[in-house]
Amino acid sequence: MAGTPRTWNDADVGTVTRKKPVPEGLWLRCDGCGSILFKRALENNLGVCPDCRHHFRIAAPERIAQLADPDSFVEFDADLTSEDPLSFVDIKPYTERLEGARRKTGTNEAVQCGTAFIKGRKVVMAVMDFRFLGGSMGSVVGEKIARAIEVAAEEDLTLIVVSASGGARMMESGLSLMQMAKTSAALARFDQMGGLYVSVLTDPTTGGVTASFAMLGDVILAEPKALIGFAGPRVIKNTIRQDLPDGFQRSEFLLEHGFVDRVVDRHDLRSEISSLIDYAGK
Amino acid sequence: MSTPETPAILPFETPVADLESQIRAMKEREDATEWVEQIRALEESREDVLRKLYAELSPADVVKVARHPGRPQTADYINNIFRDFRELHGDRRFGDDPAIITGFGRVGPFKVLVVGHQKGRTTEERIKCHFGCAHPEGYRKAIAKMKLAEKFGLPVVTLIDTPGAYPGMGPEERGQAEAIAVSMKEMSGLQTPIVSVVIGEGGSGGALGIGVADRVDMLEFAWYSVISPEGCAAILWKEANDTTNAQAASALALTAKHNLANGIIDGIVEEPTGGAHRNVAEASERLERHLVDRLREVTRLNPRTLVDRRYDKFRQMGTANPQAS
Ligand SMILES: [Zn+2]
Repeated sequence: MAGTPRTWNDADVGTVTRKKPVPEGLWLRCDGCGSILFKRALENNLGVCPDCRHHFRIAAPERIAQLADPDSFVEFDADLTSEDPLSFVDIKPYTERLEGARRKTGTNEAVQCGTAFIKGRKVVMAVMDFRFLGGSMGSVVGEKIARAIEVAAEEDLTLIVVSASGGARMMESGLSLMQMAKTSAALARFDQMGGLYVSVLTDPTTGGVTASFAMLGDVILAEPKALIGFAGPRVIKNTIRQDLPDGFQRSEFLLEHGFVDRVVDRHDLRSEISSLIDYAGK
Repeated sequence: MSTPETPAILPFETPVADLESQIRAMKEREDATEWVEQIRALEESREDVLRKLYAELSPADVVKVARHPGRPQTADYINNIFRDFRELHGDRRFGDDPAIITGFGRVGPFKVLVVGHQKGRTTEERIKCHFGCAHPEGYRKAIAKMKLAEKFGLPVVTLIDTPGAYPGMGPEERGQAEAIAVSMKEMSGLQTPIVSVVIGEGGSGGALGIGVADRVDMLEFAWYSVISPEGCAAILWKEANDTTNAQAASALALTAKHNLANGIIDGIVEEPTGGAHRNVAEASERLERHLVDRLREVTRLNPRTLVDRRYDKFRQMGTANPQAS
């Protein structure tokens, strides 16, 4: 179906009603093909360019609205907020960065977790938000993901994690790093119990998030052309001192090298996930 | 991330270097026997100066000590501590990564599996080991050998010393992220005791990839952090230079003391006066005593209890408002 523009109406999705007015300008240019797109039309097409299928980054609330059956998402741990355990200051205090991110996104952290239904199948869903400090994983993100895994384990529900992250959050240093161990350990238990974990990788998924829960899915789906990797392309380029080939560390590259199961258009995610749930007998 | 070349005499050590050259000069005199008293006095003040310097190292200086070219590496500790060492090579998938050494060895009364990052000493070795930056094969070898240890009931000792996992095209093609993730996942459930020590650099996921253990300790002048100070400075300060690197090193709370205070490690292994590089034999003895003590602690517990406690240990790491219940 690639290349066939579809509108919201013929896509099988849940609530896509975004009541917020477009903040600045009604039009934007597609990063993929350069077409000028009407913002509302892009939103109605799930943030996918109708001309070239470029998948724009979308915020967690939009993602949840796209994936979950209408009004079925029940968030938990929304009130968990980051402390500033190291009193971290770079050119700006961490507390100020957190405050700014909260204001900008209207959410408390870089992941939203809850239970929801996808085509009538109950799941636990954790959706990362790249707008919040680059979707970075600090203590709270790690804690929320671990709790989401535990809820899925306790209630015997399918776990869906949609990743979008630059990696571990530097401002909590070692404590952020340890979230990689925490979430991986929680997934080990969930795995042993026979739980189904579908990991959805979106642009971008890099660093400590890729090197922990994002790569541990029973089934790993990726949106087209998402940047997915351990090291960032710039770091690699500086290390090996040569240009990187086109498509390096993109979804299709990982598919080719055996690290994702399927590259899936955003319009098909709901049906993909619900089908996987059925195959796993969940 | 390339590690900057570290000089044998670290910048903050110049007072010691001056004393050492005085001592050497005196010892080389034909009438050196006449100067025994003075030499001893100078040696004592050298010890004093060293002790004082190393008691107040800045985080940036700790990073320099951790990268000192003479600092003992995994291979040195294997030679000095583990008897009858039998190296085991290869991940049975792609290759054998020299940046992670694995093998059976004996320490005190224990037969163990040793796993450790290796940086290499000579230029040739360092290039072969990618300066201690492991490839996916390294992590896959590590976990495969740990599974072997689990099968035969041997405790695992891991020695962490890496600037970070290798950022290159090959590692990305072969799933660096997946290899590290799987290693952590498998370690968290490994039904045999695991004891880890950060002996030099504890750089990010590349370090933690072999660090999900029942006991995690650090040598006194090792560092352990989510990113190197240079990497952090380049991103958050927009530029890595001596000043911003030092600021990042402080901000990252990467020293052993900080990591202990933040609940990330269980203890600190003291180094000889002036750092492990000044007395490799003594550093090795101290690490050996420490490992034997830790192995005594963890081998008392049955594997199931160990795995449960290991889970809880990492599960409670981090801070949040309101506090996790
Ligand atoms: Zn386009």
